[in-house]
Amino acid sequence: MTGASASDARPAAAAGPPGIGRSVPRRLEGIVIPLGALTAGLAAFSVFVLATGKSPATFFALAWRGGFGTWFSVQNTLSHASPLLLAGLCVALPARLGLVVIGGEGAIALGGTAAAVAGLSLRGWPPAVALAAMAAAGAGVGAVWLGAVGALRHFRAVNETIASLLLAYVAIAVMNQLVEGPLRDPASLNKPSTAPLPAAFRIGDIPGTEVHWGLVVGVIACILSWALIERTSWGFAARVAGGNVRAAEVQGLPVGRLIVAFTALGGAWAGLGGMIEVAAVQGSANASLASGYGYTGIVVAFLARQNPLAVIPVSLLLGGIAAAGSLIQIQMGLPNAAVLVLEGMVFLAILASDALYGRIPWLDPDLRRGEVGP
Amino acid sequence: MTGGIGWWGLPIAMLGGAIRVSTPFLFVSLGETVTERSGRINLGLEGILVFGAMSAYAVAVRTGSPWTGVAAAALSGALFGALHGWICKFPKVNDVAIGIALMLFGSGLAFFFGKPYIQPAAPHLPAMSLGAWSSIPQLRAALEVNALFPAGIAAAFVLRWALRDTRAGLALRVVGDSSEAARALGIDADRVRLAATCFGGAMAAVGGAYLSLYYPGSWNENISSGQGLMAVALVIFARWNPIGCVAASLLFGGAGALGPALQSVGITHGYYLFYAAPYVLTLGAMIASSAPGRAGAGAPAELSIGT
Repeated sequence: MTGASASDARPAAAAGPPGIGRSVPRRLEGIVIPLGALTAGLAAFSVFVLATGKSPATFFALAWRGGFGTWFSVQNTLSHASPLLLAGLCVALPARLGLVVIGGEGAIALGGTAAAVAGLSLRGWPPAVALAAMAAAGAGVGAVWLGAVGALRHFRAVNETIASLLLAYVAIAVMNQLVEGPLRDPASLNKPSTAPLPAAFRIGDIPGTEVHWGLVVGVIACILSWALIERTSWGFAARVAGGNVRAAEVQGLPVGRLIVAFTALGGAWAGLGGMIEVAAVQGSANASLASGYGYTGIVVAFLARQNPLAVIPVSLLLGGIAAAGSLIQIQMGLPNAAVLVLEGMVFLAILASDALYGRIPWLDPDLRRGEVGP
Repeated sequence: MTGGIGWWGLPIAMLGGAIRVSTPFLFVSLGETVTERSGRINLGLEGILVFGAMSAYAVAVRTGSPWTGVAAAALSGALFGALHGWICKFPKVNDVAIGIALMLFGSGLAFFFGKPYIQPAAPHLPAMSLGAWSSIPQLRAALEVNALFPAGIAAAFVLRWALRDTRAGLALRVVGDSSEAARALGIDADRVRLAATCFGGAMAAVGGAYLSLYYPGSWNENISSGQGLMAVALVIFARWNPIGCVAASLLFGGAGALGPALQSVGITHGYYLFYAAPYVLTLGAMIASSAPGRAGAGAPAELSIGT
């Protein structure tokens, strides 16, 4: 990376190998290396579990049973995966431009609070109108919150990673202040909350399941985001800018507008995730909105290699492990944090595997022909 | 509530608070200054700080000696730093992303191993009473200073000297400014960066030890309120200068002490917003200190943070 400027060096590494024009021959590599890294991460975790005197085989058996083994556990997994879809998109979209935005937690918290305010002030309106307004409020606040990070990045060269995380702390403080102060329902004694939403404004379950409709919203958001990146001129421009900002500017692409738009869209998805937490799970805005989905979303996006479609299976995988957490805790006596350790190890392995792209001859037609080096 | 000194309680409480709150910032930012001077950024300091807080507390509970706890934390931090430095050695691996992974991994490991230590009480690090001359109890309380605070100040001056006037400091700066120049001089850039990241990790973990063994002086999963990350921003604000880190740490510590200080004089309204003051201040400092034109002033050229 020597000699390359900061903006040249960052994006390719953060968003995966620049694949424009050669994505087809590299597709095999894009599957084999992540799967290999996943296996390596799981192997490292097995050693960790062994070192604590427990059986990794039991761990994985329980993770399977608690996450995917029965209809009950599958529903549990889907419920856990639902918020991760939108939280993962919040990281994956800016990452396509080479930006590492990790403050989704703040957009979730403020988006959820804004949605609760919208719902409570529209009491008596038709539910469809109110729900649309709640979704717009949540997504809008999230978009402004993280769009500001993109604007600061572009116009003031403020580092987006740190800025977004600082803003997440500010957002959570603002939410706490509102929920414990002006918006507090006096009836919420132990857990300060806003007044409960009217029952008609709640998002229900998909018929025949105990999984709320937020799952469907999240899957649609992933597909739309994928289509935006792969099938529109904006997405193409973003991929060019993600590969090389300077080249994109030379070609006259609106890099500044792209950066603000992609961070804002990521924030909108996270804010919508907050709205769904309020309308489908909590029934009001309270401190539970900041329960860590935003941070798990970072892992989701990086494991999905910033591909919005891959966010879906990765969310299911991490949702399944989270769903199995309590079963593992009860049956094996392992702390809940075992799930965090597992995620951390897999995350590190996936990132370290970036070093392998273009270096395994049997996966790379170019290398096999001996034409170009990495 | 303020005793006989009325509103004077506020600046006194802020002074004491600034000293208490700034110490972890000081250690993390000094460590990160060395890491970033080598051309790498380690965002994982937040996780290392949390693990340092846990390991210091656990070892202090087991051995009865808080200083053994601090040493254990430093060792654990150096190991995490080594992990970061080793992985980032490979081509195409992004140090910012590895830092984020390490942040989650370090916190996860700390929660995993720290669960049995939430209940037992650890012996605290001793404080020095610098205010014994005063008859005002608030001032005496404010000047109860932990030994780590002067140690951190001393470390800042030692680091400034080491960076400017020693062979090791020169090697570090060469590596940070150009890998090629380092190679030409026969310096192994990867090894220098590994050592710099180890040092940064050890310092961050000592900052964590201060949190769990002195102020607030307990171990739980919310022990850190982002000090590890804010310190990374603070390094940019301090322009990679150890003495600047001292000033910036005191400033940020003072902002962090604002909420509790106002509470101590009886103002509790808007508590959460005052709690957000250090984050707003950090962000403001970043906006003020980074502008497109002068991005690189004082920044190591190999650094990928892109301020």
